[in-house]
Amino acid sequence: MTTLTILLVLALLLVVFGLLFRLQILTAIFSGSYVRQIGTSNRVNAILMLVFMVFGGAAFFWSFSENFSKMNPPIASIHGHAMEKMFWTTMTVIGIAFVITQALLFIYSYKYQHQEGRRAYFFSHNNKIEVIWTIIPAIVMAALIFAGWKAWTRITGPAPKDSIVVEVMGKQFNWLVRYPGRDMKLGVINYRLIDASNDFGFDLSDKAALDDFTASEIHVPKGHPVLLKIRSRDVLHAVYMPQFRVQMYAVPGMPTRFWFTPTTTTDEMRAKLGNPKFDYELACNQICGQGHFAMKFKIIVDEPDDYVAWYAAQTPVSKNADLMASYKQMSQQTGLGKGGSDAARASAIEETGELPATPLAAQSSL
Amino acid sequence: MATNLPTSAQAQGGIGTAAAPHIEHDEHLHEHDEHHDQHWLWKYVFSQDHKMIARQFLITGMVWAIIGGLLSSLFRLQLGWPEATMDWLKPLLGKWVEGGKLAPEFYLALVTMHGTIMVFFVLTAGLSGTFSNFLIPLQVGARDMASGFMNMLSYWFFFLSSIIMFASLFLETGPAAAGWTIYPPLSALPQAIPGSGMGMTMWLVSMVFFIVSQLLGGVNYVTTVINMRTRGMSMSKLPLTIWAFFLTAILGILSFPVLFSAALLLVFDRSFGTSFFLSDIYIAGQALHNQGGSPVLFQHLFWFLGHPEVYIVIMPAMGMVSEILATNARKPIFGYRAMIGSLIGISLLSFVVWAHHMFVTGMNPFLGSVFMFLTLIIAVPSGVKVFNWLATLWRGNIRFTAAMLFAIGFVSLFISGGLTGIILGNATLDIQMHNTYFVVAHFHLVMGSSAFFGLFAGVYHWFPKMFGRMMDEKLGYIHFWLTFVGVYLVFMPMHYVGIAGFPRRYYSWTGFDAFSQFADLNKFISAAAILAFFAQFIFIFNFFYSIFRGRRATENPWNSTTLEWTTPIVPGHGNWPGEIPAVYRWPYDYSKPGSEQDFIPQNVPYSQTPSSNLPYERELAE
Repeated sequence: MTTLTILLVLALLLVVFGLLFRLQILTAIFSGSYVRQIGTSNRVNAILMLVFMVFGGAAFFWSFSENFSKMNPPIASIHGHAMEKMFWTTMTVIGIAFVITQALLFIYSYKYQHQEGRRAYFFSHNNKIEVIWTIIPAIVMAALIFAGWKAWTRITGPAPKDSIVVEVMGKQFNWLVRYPGRDMKLGVINYRLIDASNDFGFDLSDKAALDDFTASEIHVPKGHPVLLKIRSRDVLHAVYMPQFRVQMYAVPGMPTRFWFTPTTTTDEMRAKLGNPKFDYELACNQICGQGHFAMKFKIIVDEPDDYVAWYAAQTPVSKNADLMASYKQMSQQTGLGKGGSDAARASAIEETGELPATPLAAQSSL
Repeated sequence: MATNLPTSAQAQGGIGTAAAPHIEHDEHLHEHDEHHDQHWLWKYVFSQDHKMIARQFLITGMVWAIIGGLLSSLFRLQLGWPEATMDWLKPLLGKWVEGGKLAPEFYLALVTMHGTIMVFFVLTAGLSGTFSNFLIPLQVGARDMASGFMNMLSYWFFFLSSIIMFASLFLETGPAAAGWTIYPPLSALPQAIPGSGMGMTMWLVSMVFFIVSQLLGGVNYVTTVINMRTRGMSMSKLPLTIWAFFLTAILGILSFPVLFSAALLLVFDRSFGTSFFLSDIYIAGQALHNQGGSPVLFQHLFWFLGHPEVYIVIMPAMGMVSEILATNARKPIFGYRAMIGSLIGISLLSFVVWAHHMFVTGMNPFLGSVFMFLTLIIAVPSGVKVFNWLATLWRGNIRFTAAMLFAIGFVSLFISGGLTGIILGNATLDIQMHNTYFVVAHFHLVMGSSAFFGLFAGVYHWFPKMFGRMMDEKLGYIHFWLTFVGVYLVFMPMHYVGIAGFPRRYYSWTGFDAFSQFADLNKFISAAAILAFFAQFIFIFNFFYSIFRGRRATENPWNSTTLEWTTPIVPGHGNWPGEIPAVYRWPYDYSKPGSEQDFIPQNVPYSQTPSSNLPYERELAE
């Protein structure tokens, strides 16, 4: 019944609009404005241009400042602060260009509306001002490119040698994380060895893998560079940590990396924001299937001492009976993981293109 | 129309004796006239007439735009009111609504199809297909396209492609759902998402036909512009519309084949067990045999088309807007040569910026630096265009037709959306902004809404030539203001959400602390988007009503200078009943000092306008 009523009301409304429309045309015909090209509506539109600029501009300014505090996620990494500064500097530059060009557009539209008897100014070109407004943006762009390029090379440059290494692997639809363990070397993994208990695909014939451990949260120490090694085992994902200003795709078959230095522990950030429930979050930012929106993972920034304590308390994979059993079965089935640790190690170096030895000194120096 | 300017026939008569070389196809003119009573099937369906093909592209594009808009309204409902029941949509969506909730995989399908439809079917085929077809022969002074038959094929391949894409919406497993950029492995593996089964196959098949259509059309446009210009129509006298269509067609011809190759390799990976884009994959409890492929390779191939594609979408709109601004400001376009130069600059640069979509995909950071440099340079020619449009308005005598309003709206949206490109083109800032709603807001303003505004401006402006009647101006005004305000209400707040890091293609954000604070803003955006969508029905009504009942048009209702306005009110097959007019001057002689009227058509020789000739033109008059 309600549906019927709604439909009836809609139909009646359409009829009303139709009649109004016809009426408008008929009055226009009788008043003679129907065939006149430029009438009052020209003036109305010109005024609306100005109205739009004033009210639109005010509304934009108001809503922008209203939301400003919300739109700045707290920053917790060293390069994040630099990026934030560059972002708002660039925003200021483009904001100035925005205001000037939009204002001219609407003001000109209003000011130069049609007037009977006036003639437009025949002005086809002027090389001088054209050169000026080509060169000025070019200079501004050059400055922005230079600043961006410098920051980009620094951020994407090689990670410091003493970085903490964490490996993040994306899968549908969650994240797997492992640490290199006591030897500070990530062991070899092989996607063919993956099964329900060995979801990383550890190749335990590599001795370096034995002390690796997996974790259900990412722990990183404050003030120490962290190198994220990123993999995917099925489709594309992207490691996105908005508070650290970190983003890098997780690509199956091609390990990627990103390094950053956290500056604020979780506890400090909770105190700072006055939100005891606050947590740093890792989100997936590349469409990966129906669970894409739910790939949330917790990141905890610890004080260095707490981090070392946490690190020491983790259980290496070699102590995981399920995993060991499953590995044995899988390696028998597939004939993989028997090549001896040296060969497997060599292939891992080839794959990641770097020497795996992260000095233990890094760990003890914490 | 009461005018004391010479008509095209007089102009022709004036020089008829002087100009000996007649264009060859003029002599076949009378044959054309004899074929007047064509069977409706050849006249309206399998027509080879460029004007009919243009109308076919336009109406198909409009149908697609309604579908694409509807899809976006559906997913905006989900984003705006994530807790609300969707049961009332069950009659439309069937099994995709379960327990009052939209299925997450269907949400992704909606997003994917919205993007595909809008970018390819509406803004490439509907915009460039319509106006390149309609305006190129009319504005360069040709009887028709170089090959009417290929032109017809171009439409029908597009139609076939449309049918396949449309059919894929009704598949059991749903349409393609891997995003419009169809990145593998997600798009290659049906195990990863149901839409990558039959839906993706149909997407790829449809796209192959679409590419064929684009190439047939593109070759035709380029050939026509190069070979079939009327006497006197040198490249430096072409209207900017034609320059834009010409360069757009070249971009299409050079970039679509690369998409074709990407699609082909993806088909191989999907169906024949190759590993171009797949490596080291364990999915659905199984390790796949594929090794050595690179998903990033696909992205390179895709964006080698994908980036020129956004210029394919926007350049025709730029051309039409230049034309409409000049006509209605009654002023020459400012810096005609700079406008051509910037179009050429944008076209060249558009081929060397594709990897700015891939800064954080694991691509070598050195490449990132190179592409950042090349990308930000593109701001310079784009800036030149904006300044020139502003200078065109300066000291004009502006007539606000509906087309003019949309042209001004285009400039405004292009500025708003273009400027944020400076942020996204900066690799450093892209680390944070990549794939957030900031990107969504950016491209919806700069290429989505802008190109739509160009499309609307074009339809309002050239409707009289297409259908011999005028569209209702008042409805046009209402349509413009609702759409203009609506677009800003949707996309400005979207920037805020994006700056906060809200990722795109999220079915729901409520799980994340960082993103859940924007519930109200999302509601607002959704409401504005749905209202703006419904405002488009004013246009649809106006369009179809005016085809049949609109005010009758005159030959040259906007007092414009270009050649299409020298044709009869509804040009027949062959466009001009008599000889094709010759061209003597550039297309922007508006408000020339000393001239009687405030416009001098291109086909008026200097000898007839002694009072307004500039010094260097006096020599040409003799």
